[in-house]
Amino acid sequence: MGKSILVVEDEPNIVLSLEFLMKRAGYDVRIARDGEEALAEVARRIPDLVLLDVMIPKRDGYDVCQTIRANPQWSAIRIIMLTAKGRDVEREKGLALGADDYVTKPFSTRDLTDKVRQFLDGGD
Amino acid sequence: MLPGWLIIVTSFGYLCLLFAIAYYGDRRADTGRSLIANPYIYALSIAVYCTSWTFYGSVGRAASSGVGFLPIYLGPTLTFALGWFVLRKIIRISKMHHITSIADFISSRYGKSHRLGGLVTVIAVVGIMPYISLQLKAVSVSFNVLLHYPDVTSSPDLLGGSMFADTAFYVALLMAVFSILFGTRHIDATEHHEGMVAAIAFESVVKLLAFLAVGVFVTFGLFDGFGDLFGQAAAHPEMRALMSLDATGGGWVPLTILSMAAIVLLPRQFQVTVVENTDERHLKTALWVFPLYLFAINLFVLPIAFGGLLHFSGGGVDADTFVLALPMAEQRPGLALFAFIGGLSAATGMVIVASIALSTMVCNDLVMPLLLRFAWLHLSEHEDVSGLLKAIRRTTIIIILILGYLYYHLIGESYALVTIGLVSFAAAAQFAPAIIGGIYWKGGTHRGAVTGLSAGFLVWGYTLLLPAFARSGWLPVELVDQGPFGIALLKPYALFGLEGLGQISHALFWSLLANIAGYVGVSLLSRQSTLERIQAALFVDVFKRTDTGASAQLWRGTAAIADLCNLAARFIGRERADETFAQYAMNRGIDLERVGQADAELVQFAERLLAGTIGAASARVMVASTVKGESVSLDEIMEILDETSQVLEYSRQLEQKSQELEQATAEIRAANERLKELDRLKDEFLSTVTHELRTPLTSIRSFSEILHDSPDIDDEERRNFLSIIIRESERLTRLINDVLDMAKIEAGRMEWQMVDVNLKEVLEDAVATLHHLFDDKSIRLSTNLADHVPLVRGDRDLLMQVVINLLSNAEKFCPPDTGWVVVGIEARNDGVTVCVRDNGPGIAESDQMAIFDKFHQLREGETGNPMGSGLGLAICKAIIEHLDGRIWVESTPGEGAAFFFTLPSAEAPATAADVASVG
Repeated sequence: MGKSILVVEDEPNIVLSLEFLMKRAGYDVRIARDGEEALAEVARRIPDLVLLDVMIPKRDGYDVCQTIRANPQWSAIRIIMLTAKGRDVEREKGLALGADDYVTKPFSTRDLTDKVRQFLDGGD
Repeated sequence: MLPGWLIIVTSFGYLCLLFAIAYYGDRRADTGRSLIANPYIYALSIAVYCTSWTFYGSVGRAASSGVGFLPIYLGPTLTFALGWFVLRKIIRISKMHHITSIADFISSRYGKSHRLGGLVTVIAVVGIMPYISLQLKAVSVSFNVLLHYPDVTSSPDLLGGSMFADTAFYVALLMAVFSILFGTRHIDATEHHEGMVAAIAFESVVKLLAFLAVGVFVTFGLFDGFGDLFGQAAAHPEMRALMSLDATGGGWVPLTILSMAAIVLLPRQFQVTVVENTDERHLKTALWVFPLYLFAINLFVLPIAFGGLLHFSGGGVDADTFVLALPMAEQRPGLALFAFIGGLSAATGMVIVASIALSTMVCNDLVMPLLLRFAWLHLSEHEDVSGLLKAIRRTTIIIILILGYLYYHLIGESYALVTIGLVSFAAAAQFAPAIIGGIYWKGGTHRGAVTGLSAGFLVWGYTLLLPAFARSGWLPVELVDQGPFGIALLKPYALFGLEGLGQISHALFWSLLANIAGYVGVSLLSRQSTLERIQAALFVDVFKRTDTGASAQLWRGTAAIADLCNLAARFIGRERADETFAQYAMNRGIDLERVGQADAELVQFAERLLAGTIGAASARVMVASTVKGESVSLDEIMEILDETSQVLEYSRQLEQKSQELEQATAEIRAANERLKELDRLKDEFLSTVTHELRTPLTSIRSFSEILHDSPDIDDEERRNFLSIIIRESERLTRLINDVLDMAKIEAGRMEWQMVDVNLKEVLEDAVATLHHLFDDKSIRLSTNLADHVPLVRGDRDLLMQVVINLLSNAEKFCPPDTGWVVVGIEARNDGVTVCVRDNGPGIAESDQMAIFDKFHQLREGETGNPMGSGLGLAICKAIIEHLDGRIWVESTPGEGAAFFFTLPSAEAPATAADVASVG
């Protein structure tokens, strides 16, 4: 398939689980542990989808999302935001900044995998 | 030598011209086209200050003391240049209160007191006597110089005969007649003596021209200009000495101060400057015109003095007569006659204004009050008193001039013109404290003013008047030379041993000292009457008020308008009274016929109208007799004041309430802000706690689902995922415990098992518990424990928790294999200090305070694995601070960190609080 996913997350165990899930679903997975690293990875090679945690060091998830959306060359990238803060405000904010979807932690691994698949393969 | 008839005819002719001017001025005033509504005429009339003293005396003074004549002109210049605001205030007050004289001014300020008005009048009359005598002396001497030159060159000794053979006596009579003609045709003093002012202004021009003419003649006729004149004078050592300031004999400062006061406080100056002022704005022009006039008239004083000294170098000619003697000696009778007319102008101007001012004062403040007191005169029922008033004033003028003549006759011969004048100046200066204090200090009281004036006047009499009589042979000279009864301390010229000042400075010092001390001292000690308080406020705050409404309230009774009008008619004449009342009615648009009863304002109006004629104090008495129910009784006044003060109090309370309300609102707003802030913090706390709980949960759920959905996972990976689930579950448990602990401590619901704790044992236990953790990571854990440390008071388990928290933090941040941690304890400053030091990455300065905050986690970059709850240090801080200890960190980034906490020693007696908290 060759579709690539960038996981942006600073909790090592969550990174581990996401990496496992996405690889098992057949995607190429790269990891970034903070906002700057995430943007550097995007610039290095454009991923098809970004799993973007909001609470990350240096530049937070909103910032990263906004920066990606500001660049027309990156407009094809799908963004799913992950957050442990479940309030509606945050959800609204993420969508307003250009995220394609918004997932609250803890999430169902099956739902998340389905969502990613839907975005990348147009669903089954 | 001029023929006597020529001098007399010229003088008469000149005086008739003056009278014509005055008559014309009055006529113009009657038809409403005032001649003197002109700032320059106002300024020239103030130049009545320059009398024969200036005209003849300055030259005499200059011939003996060089520029020593100048302070007398410097003072007025200073007053006009720097003290104009005082003048303006006095003028404004006087206009508002229809002030008729300086006595009226002072009496009015201190509660419209008859006693004070009388006192001021007496001081003025006695004080001005020498000044009037000076004028008489000058005129008669100058007359004799013209008549007999060169036979009589020094002081003419014509006094040997009876006074009917004396020129001065006839001069006095003549001046009395003119003063009467000028000054008492009208009797309302506030109506302005317009004719008189016009004549005075004319005289000022004549005397200036005459003096300049003589000056020019001497400087350019007898000599070749200023250079030649001063050059010749400088050739004589004694005249050369006059050119330096040393010749003035000192006393500049006192003389300047004296004349600063005199320019306003001499009764005649008060008359022209204040009472006769028709428009306050004229003062502005006078501020520069009058000083300019003084400059011009002083320009030739020194040239004439030196010219005289050079010309009559053999002596024998009185320097006071140089102005006449020089033209006479040079055979210029025309110029001499002109100079004589100039001198006559200076003298008559002064005498006329002074005698009119004094007669007004004597009539209003001395005679009328006495007459009013004698009920049998039935003065208040008299049909027309204006005739009586005129008679009183005319008689007074005659008496004043005769007194002036007597002073001259008795004493005038012994002194130079200037010295005589200064005695009067010193008397006028006595009014300064009462007036200046009166318009700037509300605290000045009637008693203070009476005390100050009396004291100053007595000292003046003792130090100046008494010696003058003694010197002239009317009292034993020993009185002056040795003091009364030979008491040296009481010598009039050296009171209490004060010597070397000069008699004027000496008298000024003691009299003003007594005056000011009496005025201020007694004012501070005495209480003001209600009327005084009101008047004081009206005077001091004159620029803050637009009307005299406050004092109008003082009349509460009612009076028939007809009665008031009749009363006024008795003093100012029927015609004028009717006219004035009609004017009043028209201005306010009321019909007096229909109203019948006068309101407070009209009563006040009538009182002021009368005040213009008979003075404030007498007017008050007269109006009081007409107002039904008399004037307001003291009780009623107090009632009015009470009402006013109640209103004031009420409004003050309202203001206070509103301030309190504002303050309460501000407090509530602040409290609300605090609540909002707390709410925000709580919200944030919940949000953070939720976040912290969700993070381990996410891992647990993810891996559980992965394991559940992936049966094909190999064993090692399965074990790894399971161990992650276990660790994250532990983390979740710890977090929940920490949150609960924190909440308990913050809410004060933590149960503290307070005992005496040996911290050294706690440390040893903690190290033993955590040893395997350090070994796993190959981090060296060592201790550095003092042998003996004092016990501390606290909960052993919670203290254990603090130490474990600090140790596991250190472990977390230490590099594996090379890391080390040292635990230390020592006794320090009545307490115990524990230190946990590591060689981790250290903590930036900016974070060193924040790390003790809740959920402030330091993440160590990408590899960071913050297993803590973010509450560990916050809980440590809460525990240590609850036990009255302190916790802090010291660190240099890159070189590790050292956490310290101290607790107070328990070896002091346990307090009740400790015992209580055990249960």
